[in-house]
Amino acid sequence: MDFSLSGEQRQLQDSLDRALASFSPLARIRCHAETPDAFAGDLWQGLVEFGASGVLVGQSHGGLGLGVLDAALVAEMLGRYVVPAPYLASAVLAPLAISSAGSDAQKDQYLPRIAAGELRIGVGVSERTAGARAGAGVSYRDGGLHGCARFVVDAAGAQRFLVADQDDGLHLVDRGAPGLGIVPLDTLDRTRSTAKLVFDSVAAERLGAPAAGAMRTLADAARVVLAADMLGAAWKMLDQAVEYAKVREQFGRPIGSFQAVKHLCAEMAAELEPGRALLWYAGYALDQQLADASLCCAHAKAYIAEAARFVSRAATEVHGGIGITDELGLHFWFKRIAWAYQAMGSPERLREEAAQLQQLG
Amino acid sequence: MNLHYSLEHEAFRREVRAFLASHAGQFPKPFGVNRPTAEARAWQARLIEHGYAARTIPSEYGGFGAEPDILKSHVIAEEFSRARAPSGLVNQGISMLVPTLLEHGTEAQKRQWIAPTLRGEIVWCQGYSEPGAGSDLASLKTSAVEDGDDFVINGQKIWTTTAHGADMMFALVRTEPHAPNRYLGISYLIFSMRSPGIEIRPLKTMTGAAEFNEVFLTDLRVPRHQIVGGRGQGWAISNSTLKHERGMLADPHFSAARMNAILELMKTETVDGVRAIDSPVLRQRAMQLQGRVLAMQYHGMRLLSASAKGDEPGLPRLLVKLQTCEINFQLSALAVDVMGEMGLLTADSEEARSHGVWPRRNMFDIGMIIGGGTAQIQKNIIAERGLGMPREPKLANVARAP
Repeated sequence: MDFSLSGEQRQLQDSLDRALASFSPLARIRCHAETPDAFAGDLWQGLVEFGASGVLVGQSHGGLGLGVLDAALVAEMLGRYVVPAPYLASAVLAPLAISSAGSDAQKDQYLPRIAAGELRIGVGVSERTAGARAGAGVSYRDGGLHGCARFVVDAAGAQRFLVADQDDGLHLVDRGAPGLGIVPLDTLDRTRSTAKLVFDSVAAERLGAPAAGAMRTLADAARVVLAADMLGAAWKMLDQAVEYAKVREQFGRPIGSFQAVKHLCAEMAAELEPGRALLWYAGYALDQQLADASLCCAHAKAYIAEAARFVSRAATEVHGGIGITDELGLHFWFKRIAWAYQAMGSPERLREEAAQLQQLG
Repeated sequence: MNLHYSLEHEAFRREVRAFLASHAGQFPKPFGVNRPTAEARAWQARLIEHGYAARTIPSEYGGFGAEPDILKSHVIAEEFSRARAPSGLVNQGISMLVPTLLEHGTEAQKRQWIAPTLRGEIVWCQGYSEPGAGSDLASLKTSAVEDGDDFVINGQKIWTTTAHGADMMFALVRTEPHAPNRYLGISYLIFSMRSPGIEIRPLKTMTGAAEFNEVFLTDLRVPRHQIVGGRGQGWAISNSTLKHERGMLADPHFSAARMNAILELMKTETVDGVRAIDSPVLRQRAMQLQGRVLAMQYHGMRLLSASAKGDEPGLPRLLVKLQTCEINFQLSALAVDVMGEMGLLTADSEEARSHGVWPRRNMFDIGMIIGGGTAQIQKNIIAERGLGMPREPKLANVARAP
């Protein structure tokens, strides 16, 4: 029994930490944020060289063949450095969907190119994870897709899209397919590319047979990976708040020596850190296909989302006025957390799912 | 991450299960915070004999004498919990005094006190807090003055659990009033609660029960050899055992059992004919707490694995008491809210649900948030030791100025 990360997993995080510190500094993020709907090819290339695009692709298809827990450990670092890369869709959800629901031919066709970082696939599963808002929803009939997928993730730089229909069927669509409208959505988080897809009888390639469990796995993995992203982003904000409180002086002493500030920092750490163990377990349970995997994935995202939201406002507050300035840049982390909080299921929705999974109410 | 146990530990688990199966129906009845009954002492003796209690205490002092193996201890706890079997005795003598004597006691002290304490024959109470020394424990004033072969003690202790039923007290007293700093003026003494000069007054709390006592010490004579460690070392010694107390106060399995009990309650309790579990608002609260309980459960496993490897994760361990006590309070509050007005009924009412345990627990839980280091002191510790934040400037000199 060993409830801890392996040496390899710690090394994975440490080396990614060092790499991102050098190739994804805040200046690079700021530059990206000023270009709407851009694809940061240099950052993606850095991640591809690291192997991140193939983290979930089997070794026989040129990937690392690791699990969702490992994918989450990568995501934690991407959140820590608010990296604008299509990791969630292209490196996690698309390969997972193709691996679990695709035919052998589809796996051979797509997985090696995904692992190599050449093929990027935006993913539209919002209606099946966060729920369908009015006017959204995709149906599949007569070999074509109809309707609208509202909150498609990692659209910029994607050559294809993976879309879930209302019956949890999964489809691949070409970016240039006739009848497909792509409308970029400007969200507050400029490190994430989001778009609305409108389908007017768009030709689509269905992933194998509709596998009942595939959408469930996608939802679970999305939640673990987004939780990890928020954990990384929130810890970075807390680290910054603590460092600032040690050096910023008011009333002749560091503000961190005042209990009003220090207790706030303690509360942030005490709320956030237990989420890490829940996240590790959720990722492990998903990889091992344990019975409580979906329940723990939902709980992990709900728990970390709320802890991270608390940290994102309190860490900003610890900085005082400078905390809300554009110049300091803390807002990139705040917005990253705000985005992930809602995406693929808000805490309230996830808890309703948790109750249903236990046949409660 | 590998949550499978080794073959050795699985074999050990089967051994524990076999023991519990062969003793089913022979478990002693709960005795609360009172003195262990003869039945409970017999059970304790059997557990020590098999290594399911006092497992790592050397056999020459009355323990089982096994090598420390934290996973085996965990297996024992899991299996006893699963079988709803009472574990070995848990009290302040066993959790705090015994580790202190093992680490700091003389050979004679170890031989005299540890074995009967483990067997439940000697019950201890803790004499740390004073009316004027709570969170600032090091300001304690109870004095011990050397007189011939004795210390003569005068002062008052408070928040003393089981004082009325205890045989002995381990206490912090001031022996060196002129030490270079107040921490170095404190010594750790042990003495009989039957000595002349001890008066015990029960301290009734908001739950209506006297869970604590006040203990008045007047010209109490304690033989000099009943000091543990050297003169002036009491502060350091007690700090090494306070962490055992905080561990004792924050068991994640306890919260999980509460959570499950509340979900069962929510399936049966109805208002306007609707079950509490069918109320979206109450269900949200329950699920939010379930997430928090799960997080602390896995956090506990993370700490367990770290301990098994000899790692000392600073911050993750420091937050446990704060979070667990808060979650337990929120749990009992939810249970009361699920029952609404019915949740106000005490054990004295025949209408009460679950014998009125939830409102009583909820009030008791406030005491748990305060006891063993208040939530505010825990936050200081998390910030200063866990996050490396600066300490509050000392105002002691200012206060002492004329």
